[in-house]
Amino acid sequence: MPTSLNTRVAVMPLLARPFVALGLAVLAEIGIAFFVLQVVATPLVIVTVGIPLLLVAIPATRWYANVHRSLIGTLLGVRIPRPYRQANKPGPLRFLRTAASDPATWRDLAWLIVNATLGFVMTLLSAVLFLSMIFYLIYPFLLAVTPDGVFDRPMGGLFHLDHAIKGFYMWPVAGIAFLLWYNFGRPLLTGYAKLSKSLLGPTKAAELNLRVQQLATSRAETVDTQAAELRRIERDLHDGAQARLAALSMTLGLAESMVGRDPDQAQQLLTEARESAGHALSELRDLVRGIHPPVLADRGLDGAVRALALACPINIDITIDLPGRAPAPVESAAYFAIAEALANLVKYSAASTAWVQLTYENEKLHIMVGDDGVGGAEIRPGGGLYGIQRRLAAFDGTLTLVSPTGGPTTVIMELPCESSSLKITPSSGTA
Amino acid sequence: MRVVIAEDHALLRDGLIRLLKAHDFDVVEAVDNGPRLVPALVEHRPDVAVVDVRLPPTFTDEGLKAAIEARRQVPGLPVLVLSQYVEQLYARELLTGGGGAVGYLLKDRVSNVAEFVDSVRRVAAGGTAMDPDVIGQLLARNTRDEPIQRLTPREAEVLGLMAEGRSNAAIASALFVTEKAVSKHTNSIFAKLDLPPSEDDNRRVMAVLTYLSSH
Repeated sequence: MPTSLNTRVAVMPLLARPFVALGLAVLAEIGIAFFVLQVVATPLVIVTVGIPLLLVAIPATRWYANVHRSLIGTLLGVRIPRPYRQANKPGPLRFLRTAASDPATWRDLAWLIVNATLGFVMTLLSAVLFLSMIFYLIYPFLLAVTPDGVFDRPMGGLFHLDHAIKGFYMWPVAGIAFLLWYNFGRPLLTGYAKLSKSLLGPTKAAELNLRVQQLATSRAETVDTQAAELRRIERDLHDGAQARLAALSMTLGLAESMVGRDPDQAQQLLTEARESAGHALSELRDLVRGIHPPVLADRGLDGAVRALALACPINIDITIDLPGRAPAPVESAAYFAIAEALANLVKYSAASTAWVQLTYENEKLHIMVGDDGVGGAEIRPGGGLYGIQRRLAAFDGTLTLVSPTGGPTTVIMELPCESSSLKITPSSGTA
Repeated sequence: MRVVIAEDHALLRDGLIRLLKAHDFDVVEAVDNGPRLVPALVEHRPDVAVVDVRLPPTFTDEGLKAAIEARRQVPGLPVLVLSQYVEQLYARELLTGGGGAVGYLLKDRVSNVAEFVDSVRRVAAGGTAMDPDVIGQLLARNTRDEPIQRLTPREAEVLGLMAEGRSNAAIASALFVTEKAVSKHTNSIFAKLDLPPSEDDNRRVMAVLTYLSSH
């Protein structure tokens, strides 16, 4: 049955944090190697040795930075997108040129330094606060088992402890360390994550750039799909209803001319004409359904999805929880996506029951279509699911498929849609 | 026989009026929008109403809603709904009002005048007229359900015609068999579907549709 598949950042156990921080601190210092590699390689470009060197150094740095991006994402819950520009053509020189003009390359370098200094201090401090708490907690024990003069100056020569029992004097210090760690350990790590994000994440300009690229792609696809749709409609009208109506008008003309001379023949022609008109009507009906199903115009997604389910040869459980009607284009996209998903399901899943769930959350229309069938579905270019994905992309929507071999299959679709437009419930007067 | 028509397209409205008048119906009122339909029906209490699903002002399912509302106010008011397309959802809504005397047909069916007039008369007489498209969808949908699969092809055919609202006599003539053969089939259908047999046309349809849509 439907389960929420929201990705959640794993909550790190309290006691794991100091060790993660320690690990990050060690990693930060290792980063110096990448910095050195790249800084040495760059001037050597003049004597060409630098080129192969850079071809190693830049990807290595990026790999190292990417490791941090995902570590910070999964461990500290701060998601950092990868900012790198893609060279529009392959080739090592092109890669270098793109990399050199990409601010992300230089920001990576800056980050390596900041990470090895400020980042190192922040992570290490977060770890040290915890470790010093442990240290002072076991101080009496250390004092007892080690010879004189090894562990008898707990605060770096500030004072001297001459008896194991006096080791307990350090427990308040352990308490203070604990309080400091408890209060500042986490903010230090979060601060570290944000510091990293400020350099490792894309700049505003890069983000906009990426967005523009995405929008250009989705617009091109939308325009293509729309044009193909118009061509299909034109063809269907031309070859179908239009041709039938032309034939109909000819038949009627013939019947008109014959009605006096041969009433029986005329009668037969009229019957033919009526049947031809019927065919034309049913073709037009199918065409209209394909453009915008009347029940969707009448009843919105709720009614239209229920009507879809009624026409389906298998049983479908429907859960719909929407605060109102979505804007017409979103409604239409969602409807056709569900119709396609159900058609796919009926054709391939061999399922005996299926379910559709429609909810609205976080300014998004969430659609899930699932079945108890054989699974193994995949998104192939030219396939139905691929088509849905492209259609949804025009609305910034996404399609995710979970379909292990053996089943079950779940299709998860999300369509952004502002709540303000969803809450007003207009009975669209232009149907 | 007194009839009220609701249709917003002037051409189609005139056509319907002409057609029904030619077959001795008395068209007492013809409205072209939803809000005027309910009062017209309640006031005239016609023998039958012929209503287009899509009417002004919303141009959605105004006609259907008005028909259901009118039937709520005047229980058993015979209504025949015409539409450019048929939708099971709407067929169900009409039927769940109870009491029969409803029809739901594609507008195309009007062109077969004899059959259309027969449907109007059947609804006026308290019977049912369901579009073959609705019945076809219902039958196709339930192919995986066991009881339906136990029917022979002939019995499925009879069930389809029965669900449209036809009497045994009409089914017999449509299938070129004797009425006795049809009643044998219907009895066997009722037995297989575990439904109590009945002589009432409307109750037969209700039983069939309720059975089909509840699975």
